[in-house]
Amino acid sequence: MSARSDHMLDEQIAQWRAYLRRRRAIDAPDVEELETHLRDQVSALTQAGLAEDEAFLVAVKRMGSLDALSREFAREHSERLWKQLVIAADDDAAPKTVSRTETLVVFALAVAAAIAIKIPALFGLEVGDKNDEAFYARNASFFVLPFLTGYFAWKRQIDPRHRAWLAVPFIAAAVAVNAFPFTRGSHTEALSALHLPIALWLVVGLAYLGGHWLEGGGRMDFVRFSGELFIYYVLIALGGVVLTAFTMMMFKAIGMTPDWIAQDWMIPCGAMGAVLVGSWLVEAKQSVIENMAPVLTRLFTPLFTILLLVFLATMAWTGRPIDIKREVLIAFDLLLAMVVGLVLYSASARDPEAQPNLFDRLQLLLIASALVVDAVALAAIASRISEFGFTPNRVAVLGENLILLVNLTWSAWLYAGFLRGRTPFRALEAWQTAYLPVYSIWAALVVVLFPPLFAYA
Amino acid sequence: MDLGKDLVAASSTPLVLAILAEGESYGYAIIKRVRDLSDGHLLWTDGMLYPVLHRLERNGLVAAKWGSSSSGRRRKYYRLTKAGRAELETERKRWQMVDETLHRIWMKTCLA
Repeated sequence: MSARSDHMLDEQIAQWRAYLRRRRAIDAPDVEELETHLRDQVSALTQAGLAEDEAFLVAVKRMGSLDALSREFAREHSERLWKQLVIAADDDAAPKTVSRTETLVVFALAVAAAIAIKIPALFGLEVGDKNDEAFYARNASFFVLPFLTGYFAWKRQIDPRHRAWLAVPFIAAAVAVNAFPFTRGSHTEALSALHLPIALWLVVGLAYLGGHWLEGGGRMDFVRFSGELFIYYVLIALGGVVLTAFTMMMFKAIGMTPDWIAQDWMIPCGAMGAVLVGSWLVEAKQSVIENMAPVLTRLFTPLFTILLLVFLATMAWTGRPIDIKREVLIAFDLLLAMVVGLVLYSASARDPEAQPNLFDRLQLLLIASALVVDAVALAAIASRISEFGFTPNRVAVLGENLILLVNLTWSAWLYAGFLRGRTPFRALEAWQTAYLPVYSIWAALVVVLFPPLFAYA
Repeated sequence: MDLGKDLVAASSTPLVLAILAEGESYGYAIIKRVRDLSDGHLLWTDGMLYPVLHRLERNGLVAAKWGSSSSGRRRKYYRLTKAGRAELETERKRWQMVDETLHRIWMKTCLA
């Protein structure tokens, strides 16, 4: 057997192994077992006088078709069809998704975030205290987002000189929201607290992308990451609720009142740590498990479209005008944000090269009906806004409405162009990702400019 | 002769157990032994043996451990467990019963 033909055989077997590896039901030790079998067969056949490549073909044929084989393995090992995240497979073929160092770093950062939220308590500010609520609301972002940014700065190996720049927005924001002389319980303070996380999320995104915001592709990954993180966070929070409930129940059973453990420790520390743990899970599983956000999008796009159409039809039929109350505009803002989210996440999971399909038409219908509903609401509000004058709440809410309206109008235009085959789908994706900073910049304006503009009222 | 899928599947368990009752073995050797025993009539698709072995392992009828082959590659060796020996005995009785029943009716048709 010459070295050359030996090499050829190795190559052929490597290729066969690669095909086998792609079957989920067949794991690495199985592949190894089958390969040993194949090699035994080949050497037996060559000893019987066959040429090596002939022997290989016969051996592969005798092994059976890959489809049938993987079906048999799947029947025996059905658990393998469920992609496992926690049980890390002892697998050399696929690169390890999570390193031990990373696990330690994340754990340390999660603990640090949990401790961070308890530091103000040393200065007499308690999470559960009514008087200190405003402080925690304004500063909530600072207990967790810097750690999350740090995690990505570490993971993406951002140049230490650039890391310092990532800290600047956090410091500036912390100084601003704590130095402003807010009136107690003022609207501008509530607006700041609400908008700060949105503004700072852009900084997290910058770290997530390794400091290269402008380099295309990655931004959609950040959108995907954000959606998955939200879902993971909700799941972890559900688990946390169960854990807290059991803590209360069990300690009450022995006549103790553990409320303070839950209120002052478990809930705040857990809420902070869970952001980091959730982010780490999303990072670790991105190639392992199907993304959930696009699945939910697919599920709810038709339902929201029906809701909007029925709402419009009802309004036209009954002739009922929109009852202008404080919450109405906020509700319509949230509706638009929801629709933008649906568009964004369905774009995130779509193959940009695929032809327009029914779902794309549905998306356009959804956007169009949302635009009509919002136009009706805006018209109703515009007629009364001069009467009410400009309060910070109203300006913030109107501004957001405008931002979302612009996004959706142009999205509708691009979608229509795409359905008629004039613009590629990439244009819509590019528009959505290019628009992302707008939300954060507007939020930053609300945080920084509104309080002085409206005299901290 | 083509045995048909069902018969191959049904006979695989007693065959594998019986071969392992002769001593520890591995996949390729088991296939080869089946071929020799049946004078080349019983041809299994080689790959299909492994899910069978894994099922027997899961049910505790055989035990497996990794060893190395003469060429130095890792190889998984299987041996019969106590439960496997008992199962082999039950299987033998079942097949004997089927065999006897068929035998009787075929004898009758031959004589008639």
